[in-house]
Amino acid sequence: MGSQSEGKAVFDTESAKEVVKELRASFVAGKTKSYEWRVSQLTAILKMLEENEQPIVSALRDDLSKPELESSIFEIGMLRNSCRLALKEMKHWMKPEKAKTSLTTFPSSAEIVSEPLGVVLVISAWNYPFLLSLDPVVGAIAAGNAILLKPSEIAPASSSLLAKLVADYMDGSCIKVVEGAVPETSALLEQKWDKIFYTGNGRIARIVMTAAAKHLTPVVLELGGKSPVIVDSDIHLKVATRRIIAGKWACNNGQACISPDYLITTKDNAVKLVDSLKCELEQFYGKNPLDSKDLSCIVNSNHFDRLLKLLDEDKVSSKIAHGGERDETNLKIAPTILLDVPKNSLIMKEEIFGPLLPIVVVDKVEESFDVIKSCGGKPLAAYLFTKNKKLTGKFVAEVSAGGLVVNDTTVHLAEHNLPFGGVGESGMGSYHGKFSFDAFSHKKAVLYRGLGGDASLRYPPYTPGKLRLLQALLSGSILRIIRALLGW
Amino acid sequence: MGIEVEKKAGFDTESAKEVVKELRASFVAGKTKTYEWRRTQLTAMLKMMDENEPQIVAALTDDLSKPELESSIYEIAMLKNSCKLALKEMKHWMMPEKAKTSLTTFPSSAEIVSDPLGVVLIISAWNYPFLLSLDPVVGAIAAGNAIVLKPSEISPATASLLAKLVKKYLDCSCIKVVEGSVPETTALLEQKWDKIMYTGNGRIARIVMAAAAKHLTPVVLELGGKSPVIVDSGIDLQVATRRIIAGKWGCNNGQACISPDYIITTKDYALELVDSFKCELERFYGKNPLESKDLSRIVNSNHFARLLKLLDEDKVSSKIVYGGERDETNLKIAPTILLDVPQDSLIMNEEIFGPLLPIITIDKVEDSFDLINYSGAKPLAAYLFTNNKKLKEKFVEKVSAGGLVVNDTTVHLAEPTLPFGGVGDSGMGAYHGKFSFDTFSHKKAVLYRSFAGDAAVRYPPYTAGKLRLMRALLGGSIMGIIRALLGWSKP
Repeated sequence: MGSQSEGKAVFDTESAKEVVKELRASFVAGKTKSYEWRVSQLTAILKMLEENEQPIVSALRDDLSKPELESSIFEIGMLRNSCRLALKEMKHWMKPEKAKTSLTTFPSSAEIVSEPLGVVLVISAWNYPFLLSLDPVVGAIAAGNAILLKPSEIAPASSSLLAKLVADYMDGSCIKVVEGAVPETSALLEQKWDKIFYTGNGRIARIVMTAAAKHLTPVVLELGGKSPVIVDSDIHLKVATRRIIAGKWACNNGQACISPDYLITTKDNAVKLVDSLKCELEQFYGKNPLDSKDLSCIVNSNHFDRLLKLLDEDKVSSKIAHGGERDETNLKIAPTILLDVPKNSLIMKEEIFGPLLPIVVVDKVEESFDVIKSCGGKPLAAYLFTKNKKLTGKFVAEVSAGGLVVNDTTVHLAEHNLPFGGVGESGMGSYHGKFSFDAFSHKKAVLYRGLGGDASLRYPPYTPGKLRLLQALLSGSILRIIRALLGW
Repeated sequence: MGIEVEKKAGFDTESAKEVVKELRASFVAGKTKTYEWRRTQLTAMLKMMDENEPQIVAALTDDLSKPELESSIYEIAMLKNSCKLALKEMKHWMMPEKAKTSLTTFPSSAEIVSDPLGVVLIISAWNYPFLLSLDPVVGAIAAGNAIVLKPSEISPATASLLAKLVKKYLDCSCIKVVEGSVPETTALLEQKWDKIMYTGNGRIARIVMAAAAKHLTPVVLELGGKSPVIVDSGIDLQVATRRIIAGKWGCNNGQACISPDYIITTKDYALELVDSFKCELERFYGKNPLESKDLSRIVNSNHFARLLKLLDEDKVSSKIVYGGERDETNLKIAPTILLDVPQDSLIMNEEIFGPLLPIITIDKVEDSFDLINYSGAKPLAAYLFTNNKKLKEKFVEKVSAGGLVVNDTTVHLAEPTLPFGGVGDSGMGAYHGKFSFDTFSHKKAVLYRSFAGDAAVRYPPYTAGKLRLMRALLGGSIMGIIRALLGWSKP
């Protein structure tokens, strides 16, 4: 512990330079390129998870009071699946992809080769500190890179455990963890990386991308936004309500990038929806949700205060339809529903990232799309509950978000055939499954030609005849080629 | 002419804001989204080229003294092919891509939908001013975006013609050209775009990306570097030499991002290679290449002076084995070959982008790879001429560049199935063919579920039994699921 704090205290630009230098030397020496190394590292992560489930659950409880089921399934289970998929598919992902060639370069063959980018920086978030740290690392390993992971200091127990486990289980010459806060992250961001993968908020993302610009480092930014849920009428309301609750409060108590942020429903449907939510919330969390063990706490007093500010704003506090209770000592806020808050309230302007759920009411359900568009940047996710096929079609056509789910919330995260990422304010780039491998690879075009069969057409001296024939060849029209050859 | 000059002088932040506002309104109104609109724009572009080929060639002659064949083939015909491909494939590209779903979300279906990003900015370069302006525009149109094109002021005749033609043939409420230089570009870069595509050099690219960062705008940066050519022995030297010449001097006189920058060959082979070059160069450009009409000139006096500085450096000027002649009045430099310039010379430390070709010699051809990787900057392209299969494999394995070609130079640009773009200092992102469509699209994940089959397993209150079952479900093993259901798996 002593040396770790010493280490933390003095991690400056020099230390950052040294770390990058060491990782680059490992990469250049080819350590991370072999299939065997990649398999060994992914296998090591699986072993790490297998042998340390309890310490991980413990750390998450320390940092977030995260319920065991959420830690076990949404952090460890998902990560395990990610490793297994990579182990199963990696050989296939690593293979060059054949590309068809055209008449223009005949005879030739071509392929697209995936090569590692080199030395990559993964900056993680505090809300799913294990998953959001190691899931990108899985992709970076599968693609053959050397990696530096910087976990979030806002989840210190997880950060510390990650540092220990990575040092214990993984190849320390190629995969390192640097703990710390702003000074350490700044020192890291000054260095030249081959890719930076950042999960977090828009403000820091701008800082990350600006730093990356100095070195022309490509970035993936996994951010957030206000993920709306449109609730139509004439649906299976109980199932819909449960799925909304599962995506909101059962996902780290609303502190998840794809948690439903607010609901939109029609005037006619609003009261039924509120009643259904009240009913199911009580089923899930009992009459005194502040006492429920199945809800994460608010991560720290900063966020606690931030959320209370949203809740206690004048024109908002009167709109509470359910909940509103808070326990400052234990950093708990009860599941809270608000009905018809004003559009210009704080709670409708920033990403809530907590257990408060405003419901916006419209006359006709189609008006929801305008509400979403006027609500700031494109969100990371958007949800719709409906049985109406036309409405579904409109939703998919009109709503721009990272990802959409119809008749559920958040579950698209678990589908590895879907790219997971944002658009506009919610981010750039994506990952999960093969998309992770691709995010950390350079797709190198390779064209093979033979030295026989050389057409002198392209060579000077340029003549009108050559020009005509080249134009014909490029147009691909046989007739034109014949005419040009015959001098017509 | 008077009105155009006024407009240019007055294009400031306010003007930029106005332009973006107008384009965004067009985009939001859905103008650019329909298949029909995209078709009409691409068809209009083809018509534009059909009806204006002589004017385009004339503008390129003004700006670069570009030979007609190069203008016609490497700018116009390539662009035509790009449009034709997009017209042919666009419906297919626009279709959502089905994605398999897993047991975890059963029953469900999923797809990946390509959405236009919105309003995009394309900043073009001066060396292939027509192609590098409109080829990205083709991709942006195919993907359904509204577009601002900022052509390079260093090729003013082409920039001016582009502005005129785009206005005449394309839908101006959705596609605009803004001419200008640093002030105008700066004003544009202050705005919020949904994507910026920049073709040019690393210095400006850093400025573009930093500006983009303020708005979290994703970027494609098509840059350059020192594209090396490794020449092995035991090959058809005449063919190899001709292909190198075609990629170097036959491509805007070496002023192309993927032109061979320098050659690496063995000490034993060097003289033979130099002789082959001399022979073929004379065949192509005659005894007085400064008079050949088949060579572009140097674009302007800045670059002319820059190239002379590379050539006339003390330890370098003595290494000229062919050429070196220059004509300052007409901004011409003859094809010039240098043998064994020092590693620390200027000419070996910046992208040449001109008609000078250094040859570096090494002992064994395998030493080339370390030499290429020595500078640490990954080039946009790298080339190898060899008949040795193992050497080819090593080349592909060891050399990191945007793209590689074995036994030719530059032609990979013409293959729409290959992504065209850089890595590291040579850029990020790629385009051509479907890659252009993808680069201007947002790939939106969509998952469809039904209300049926709701498993209470994921809902609080959390119990040990639910945890067991969830674990088993996530594990995907049928046996595991059965065991959990029967209460047999460990907690």
